[in-house]
Amino acid sequence: MSVPIISYLLIGLILFCIGLYGCLTKRNAVVVLLCIELMLNAANINLVAFAKFGFFANIAGQIFSLFTITVAAAEAAVGIAILIALYRNRNTVQVDEMDLLKR
Amino acid sequence: MSGQVIAFFVLALLTIGGAVFMISSTRVVHMVVSLAFTFLGIAGLYILLEAEFVGMTQVLVYSGAISILMLFGIMLTRHDAMDVMVRAGWTKQLLRLAIVVFFIIVGFTLYRAPWDGAPVAFSEQNNVKEIGIQMFTHYMIPFELVSVLLLVALVGSIILAKKEADDE
Repeated sequence: MSVPIISYLLIGLILFCIGLYGCLTKRNAVVVLLCIELMLNAANINLVAFAKFGFFANIAGQIFSLFTITVAAAEAAVGIAILIALYRNRNTVQVDEMDLLKR
Repeated sequence: MSGQVIAFFVLALLTIGGAVFMISSTRVVHMVVSLAFTFLGIAGLYILLEAEFVGMTQVLVYSGAISILMLFGIMLTRHDAMDVMVRAGWTKQLLRLAIVVFFIIVGFTLYRAPWDGAPVAFSEQNNVKEIGIQMFTHYMIPFELVSVLLLVALVGSIILAKKEADDE
């Protein structure tokens, strides 16, 4: 007996909800970036699960998830770089103090 | 109860437990370490889904690189501060309610959808070989574009994080 697809999809859904909640409530910008990574991982779980269980299941889901991992890594690097530049100029990493465009 | 089901439950517990610990912790470094456990659990789930190459990539990129990058990001900025929730009062309650409603709607839809696709047996062919063949035949142009994207992200993040030269 193998694990049905709905359990993998539910794990992806739970991780997405946790990531969404943390992304909207946390104050530290590094943690917000981490929560975005968590949501991308939830999407990756769905892709790999559909690569095995989907209606037209083939290896393309795994290749898509590889591309997603690459883009997520690039996004994390650029995000951290922006954060460090902002910390050097404004001396803060709290997202509610990043209001340059509001003044 | 087969070994696959037991392994799935252990990995799911590791994954969701790490994420819940991340959301409930107040110290930033604890959050990053618990999320590293979540990434390891997700890698185990990939291997359970017969995607060995994606699982190893997950261990290398997420548990190795991104966790360490986030730790660097915390250590290079102010890291002694506790993380306090940004929203308070009824806004947070409304947000929780909205996320619970989203969870129920999507979960109900997933439950009602007809999943009758039989699992594909990937095990008789080499996963890495299959991914390599597909990657270099059907997905050649996206592969090259992703390499360009990585190069642009590398140069761009160096330029963004570089200390600006003094006026000279």
